[in-house]
Amino acid sequence: MIPAELVPGALRFPVNLPSLSGHYDTMINATLKALSQQLAAKAVSSEELAGLYLNRIAALNPVLNAFITVDGDKTLAEARAADALRAAGQAGPLAGVPIAHKDIFCQQGWKTSCGSKMLDNFISPYDAHAIEQCRAAGLVTLGRTNMDEFAMGSSNENSFYGPVKNPWDLAAIPGGSSGGSAAAVAARLAPVATGTDTGGSIRQPASHCGVTGIKPTYGVVSRYGMVAYASSLDQGGPLAQTAEDCALLLNVMAGFDARDSTSLERTKEDYTRDLNKPLNGLKIGLPREYFAEGLAEDVAGVVDGAIAELKKLGAEVVEISLPNTQLSIPAYYVIAPAEASTNLSRYDGVRYGHRAAEYKDLVDMYEKTRAEGFGAEVKRRIMVGTYVLSHGYYDAYYLKAQKIRRLIANDFKAAFERCDVILGPVAPTAAFNLGEKSGDPVQMYLSDIYTLSVNLAGLPGMSVPAGFAANGRPVGLQIIGNYFAEAKMLNVAHQFQQVTDWHRKAPAL
Amino acid sequence: MKWEVVIGLEVHVQLNTASKIFSGASTAFGAAPNTQASAVELAFPGVLPVLNRAAVDKAIRLGLALDATINQKNVFARKNYFYPDLPKGYQISQMELPIVEHGKLAIQVGDEEKVIRVTRAHLEEDAGKSLHEDFQGMTGIDLNRAGTPLLEVVSEPDMRSPDEAVAYARTLHTLVTWLGICDGNMQEGSFRVDANVSVRPLGQEAFGTRREIKNLNSFRFLQQAIEYEIQWQIDTLEDGGRVEQATVLFDPDTGETRMMRSKEDAHDYRYFPDPDLLPVRIDSAQIDAIRAEMPELPGQMKARFVAEFGVSGYDAGLLTGSRALAAYFETVARASGQGKLAANWVNGEIAARLNRDGKDIGDCPISAERLSGLVVRIADGTLSSKLAKQVFEALWDSELSADAIIERDGLKQVSDVGAIEKMVLDAIAANPKAVEEFRAGKEKAPNALAGQVLKAPTGKANPAQVQEILKQKLA
Repeated sequence: MIPAELVPGALRFPVNLPSLSGHYDTMINATLKALSQQLAAKAVSSEELAGLYLNRIAALNPVLNAFITVDGDKTLAEARAADALRAAGQAGPLAGVPIAHKDIFCQQGWKTSCGSKMLDNFISPYDAHAIEQCRAAGLVTLGRTNMDEFAMGSSNENSFYGPVKNPWDLAAIPGGSSGGSAAAVAARLAPVATGTDTGGSIRQPASHCGVTGIKPTYGVVSRYGMVAYASSLDQGGPLAQTAEDCALLLNVMAGFDARDSTSLERTKEDYTRDLNKPLNGLKIGLPREYFAEGLAEDVAGVVDGAIAELKKLGAEVVEISLPNTQLSIPAYYVIAPAEASTNLSRYDGVRYGHRAAEYKDLVDMYEKTRAEGFGAEVKRRIMVGTYVLSHGYYDAYYLKAQKIRRLIANDFKAAFERCDVILGPVAPTAAFNLGEKSGDPVQMYLSDIYTLSVNLAGLPGMSVPAGFAANGRPVGLQIIGNYFAEAKMLNVAHQFQQVTDWHRKAPAL
Repeated sequence: MKWEVVIGLEVHVQLNTASKIFSGASTAFGAAPNTQASAVELAFPGVLPVLNRAAVDKAIRLGLALDATINQKNVFARKNYFYPDLPKGYQISQMELPIVEHGKLAIQVGDEEKVIRVTRAHLEEDAGKSLHEDFQGMTGIDLNRAGTPLLEVVSEPDMRSPDEAVAYARTLHTLVTWLGICDGNMQEGSFRVDANVSVRPLGQEAFGTRREIKNLNSFRFLQQAIEYEIQWQIDTLEDGGRVEQATVLFDPDTGETRMMRSKEDAHDYRYFPDPDLLPVRIDSAQIDAIRAEMPELPGQMKARFVAEFGVSGYDAGLLTGSRALAAYFETVARASGQGKLAANWVNGEIAARLNRDGKDIGDCPISAERLSGLVVRIADGTLSSKLAKQVFEALWDSELSADAIIERDGLKQVSDVGAIEKMVLDAIAANPKAVEEFRAGKEKAPNALAGQVLKAPTGKANPAQVQEILKQKLA
């Protein structure tokens, strides 16, 4: 299992990794919760755990391409520090558990590429707030996960480092943009991972890879140090095997941060507090529009099955309507590119990142640098965003999209007067094949129909493994909550996971 | 043809906060290049702006001083353009909802007072500096200035002459330093003026096409630039040409303006609300608290000086050129009980002397108390104006009071009739020729004799009394 040499590229493994042959299977499939208990019981050391996962990454990443950067020495140093803390009796409950970070979170001393050639040479000099929080909790960095360039994409095919493969079916996309994080957790290359979600980038890959992921209410996780795609929509969150693990990791990631003006100043809450509440009397809203034309039959079947399970647990179902759902696609694909077009202006070759080798003057340097540094989808969105903000078009596009955004938020407001949570599919189909839609951006955009409106409204949403499609690829159930209803959503997901084992299934690798 | 000049000014007032408008980096001037640029100014991936509330408070102070509307909800927007000294590729500014709107500022031009309307004042961040010299074909970038808070104050096109434009700029400069929101240092760029200038045939209602003169950093350049620009526009029009909308630069070496970019080159800045910053909310209590701490303003003080001390509007305008000067004057006026006389001395000898020595009122060697001692002795007739100047010299060069100097140098004016009579009679006796000439009608007034009396070493006779007694004795 242990490769005795360095893997080429950005993945570096120490030559002598500690082996853990005895309880390999137990550990590799263990949850964050279980690992923290094993560490507390000193049944395993953090260094051993790190070695175990690094081994697995070394073996499987060449196939899956879930990681952009691995630095085994750094990882082991973090692990040893966690072990030392534990020996000194100063370790917190999660100290020493390994974690993978999406390559969008700036992390001091680590390459933070955001999946782009533009930042291929960028070593971050500082930590994002979420990274600081993880460090403070003693979580050990396994590496940096692959993603669509600047988080723009639903298939992970837009990464400068090549697409991630879906661990369930190597012909399938893992979803995007947090595809590396979702694939890593699904393939047990990491017990938990961080992700970000601008239009579904946590929920959709979680669904396609059969893992649990939650995008919190906008403002719960600080955006400080998260490379910006669309500032008014971006939100960080955890991906894990279980809802309970998501709650534990969200406890770490969430919190007010004065360095992000959109961070919400609220009392720190314990997202595990309601996990064990019974679901008696829970009112589930089913939006008519989420079960209409376009939803694949096998996906609909999985969602129906999940609803049936929840009914058995005492939940009641009400039909609701989110009439402006269709408008979420045009609204999102105006607002997100508009914000992205200016957020990405800083990548100009002047101070850091890629710069063209030869140029004749300043404008030529800008043009060549950006032409070489950005991929096709990023360029497309910069152009769309520039267009919609241009003089004379602003009112027709950007302002109108903002009005639609308000209408969508109002739809949810009305719906939550009649139900506690909203359930539905995450995506119209299970994961499609690599290359299947990459030539047709509009088809790709249309597959975001069930996730975009949650971001536009700033609501929390999650994906929970709920079954498999006809082709054997995982299908997730989407849970949408009202503002700050994360604990309630995690409660529903956790109760669902007490009576189902979809989240326990792992791909054969 | 008779032409009318129309001028509007945009002034960039650098707010004197300790840290930058969107980060904790220092704003101190003159540090080594790029030592005061944090990750925020460098626009690293993932960094975010956080508004410095001190900048908001300072903007509110100016808004209240301009009797303007403070927008209790105002919004930061991104102004997008590429330039190496603008690291984010956009400047955070305010567009649709600025913090201050609809203000007014009274200016004094000669004896006339005029009110100039202020359209708006908005908060924004400054850019860095591109240094084109010293780098042999390359450009150096210094980002120390990037993120320094600016308040851009935009006037209506209400000015009709270069003098009015300069008076407006000076009055605004006085106001922002008076309020303590700007250090006013024009050499360091703390107060920079853009002038929009157009001309139209006198009597025509529609404005002519304007050209904007950028970045004038002294009142002299402002005056010269506008004067040149007006003449250029009039010459162009009278020669049958057209003025095209453009941005121009003033070259102080040639005294000319030259084209920087035409309207066709104008950027589309793609303004939109910055999603990283929530709308700024200002509650009424905050405004009230700032209002309660507002000092008496130069305009108010000017009016009060006119009413209370009987000084002219022009003099009062000069006296309220700075808070320190106004306080100095008021102390002299109150202590001496002689407003007009105090104003003459402060605007006259004191101003001239400070100007000559390149000093500020704060460095004036004569304290307000010592000057008032002089003013008192002038008012009560102890000192003639000639003696007063002599005492003033001594005051400037010593620490003594006016009375001590008068005593020491025996400069007291003699007003005792008996003493003056004796001096007059002595003079008549000693100058028979002069008496003869006067009596022969060669002179209308006995000036030569009076001069002798006033020169007499025995004492400083009151000149008016000397004249009167001489006339009696020679009659």
